[in-house]
Amino acid sequence: MKKSKQFWLFIIAAVLVYTVVQIFIANGMMNQFYSNTLIFIAINIILAVSLHLVIGITGQFSIGHAGFLAVGAYMSAIVTMKLDLPFIVGIIVGGIVAALAGLIVGIPSLRLKGDYLAIATLGFAEIIRIVFLNIDYVGGAAGMQVSHLTTWTYAFVCLVITIIVIVNFTNSRHGIASISVRENEIASDAMGINTTYYKVAAFAIGSFFAGVAGALYSHNFYIIQPSQFGFLKSFDILIFVVLGGLGSLSGAVLSAILLTVVSTYLQGYPETRMIIYSLVLILVMLYRPKGLMGTMEITDYFKLWRTPKGGDQHGK
Amino acid sequence: MENKPLLEVKNAGIQFGGLKAVQNLNLKLNQGELVGLIGPNGAGKTTSFNLLTGVYVPTEGDILFNGERINGLQPFKVTRKGISRTFQNIRLFNELSVLENVKVAYHSLAKHTMLSSILRLPSHFKGEKEMEEKSLEFLKIFKLEKYKDELAKNLPYGQQRRLEIARALAAGPKLLLLDEPAAGMNPQETKDLMNLIAFVREKFDLTILLIEHDMNLVMGVCERIYVLDHGQLLAEGSPEEIRNHPKVIEAYLGEEVHDDNA
Repeated sequence: MKKSKQFWLFIIAAVLVYTVVQIFIANGMMNQFYSNTLIFIAINIILAVSLHLVIGITGQFSIGHAGFLAVGAYMSAIVTMKLDLPFIVGIIVGGIVAALAGLIVGIPSLRLKGDYLAIATLGFAEIIRIVFLNIDYVGGAAGMQVSHLTTWTYAFVCLVITIIVIVNFTNSRHGIASISVRENEIASDAMGINTTYYKVAAFAIGSFFAGVAGALYSHNFYIIQPSQFGFLKSFDILIFVVLGGLGSLSGAVLSAILLTVVSTYLQGYPETRMIIYSLVLILVMLYRPKGLMGTMEITDYFKLWRTPKGGDQHGK
Repeated sequence: MENKPLLEVKNAGIQFGGLKAVQNLNLKLNQGELVGLIGPNGAGKTTSFNLLTGVYVPTEGDILFNGERINGLQPFKVTRKGISRTFQNIRLFNELSVLENVKVAYHSLAKHTMLSSILRLPSHFKGEKEMEEKSLEFLKIFKLEKYKDELAKNLPYGQQRRLEIARALAAGPKLLLLDEPAAGMNPQETKDLMNLIAFVREKFDLTILLIEHDMNLVMGVCERIYVLDHGQLLAEGSPEEIRNHPKVIEAYLGEEVHDDNA
């Protein structure tokens, strides 16, 4: 009962945000700069939330997320530009191919743990980048022309779907199983959880949404180049998750919003941009070492001043 | 049915490099038995558990469960066959609530698929509700239901031990392996725990293999005892036989037995 109430509150809030922004955009009350920033925030939230599933929930330290972003970006661009199919097909294909890439990378590399997995995923992302760099079909280093198709509607609908899927996954037996892998893999195994299955599944779902984000990303600029998907991009996404608090979905969302806004506004001061950006990161880590939200969710704060009824909602 | 042992270990052993951690292990557990496994520190008791549960693959010998060969199976598959365990050093899922800890174990008995959960189909709600009810039943048996929303890491030590057993039971085992369940408990807690183990054994028709250092406890509850030393079986028998077994006294029990008998 309480659970479904939360769900409908989320839907109402989402519809409200969407409608208000859409009205502003349609009436020309919001200029291109702001609407672009909003789309960019939505893309970054999708990236942050999809990586949150891999690192925060399942505990697999993957730092090659930009690789899946690149796969989604290029695949969707091929679908819309070369094959002349609608954008929605491009988004779906981008997601599916990225998920397949996630499976191919995940099955062998998720046997590794901790640092080793991080290095393997980082290596994978670089391989993807180099591959696109050397394929003339997608323009090589010069990049590929892409039409501007991403609108606020596309970005927001994808964002809402991403959050619903990942929240639904987390708040189910599958989500608890994934968290148990993060908490103690040996015990999880001993309790009958197929740990490899959940690691790969989380990885593939995360990759799928990274691919979706990639589709939105490539169609938001007029050109995509392999250099946009270097390891710095992977670290940007990683920072969203860590800064928000490992294991907190609302934390990932908040920090994606915060950092996108900070870095967008700092573009006016190119000389000091990276210094201030780094200072923000250092300050947050000093004062909130567990991230903005720790492992709490926003909904947990409401629970604090209500008697916990203890449904299947949990704040991981 | 009585003739066929539930668990039969035939000459199993494992070698780490040049070290034979366990060798020539022969165990036979019949349905419904409560059997003890004792031995000095480093004798290979926990290693034996790891062999039984698939954490280690035996380098020699066979492990038969219900007549089926299970060595080489991955741990989660062994658990699904019906062997579940607790750990000597508590391994709870610290950041999950007490209830969720039990749910994780019940996970493999639930059936709703990942897709049904993501789409929130009716089968998801039905499955989750059933999981919750079953998990609560286990918590009630172990008198942990008042802690159900606490994080596992915030439980007192003794309760954490109990939660480990509750969790192991929720996986629906036929054979329960308890690795020093009473470690660090005071005598009263130990006694309560033993009553509880006797109770769940009846209720769930369990066979139990117990590692324990507390001799009073082992001698008190176990019907048969295996003694390990230096990775090898030293003796096997009823508590009375073990108590008087010269090799066992020499290797391990020593004074304590004399004190008890005095």
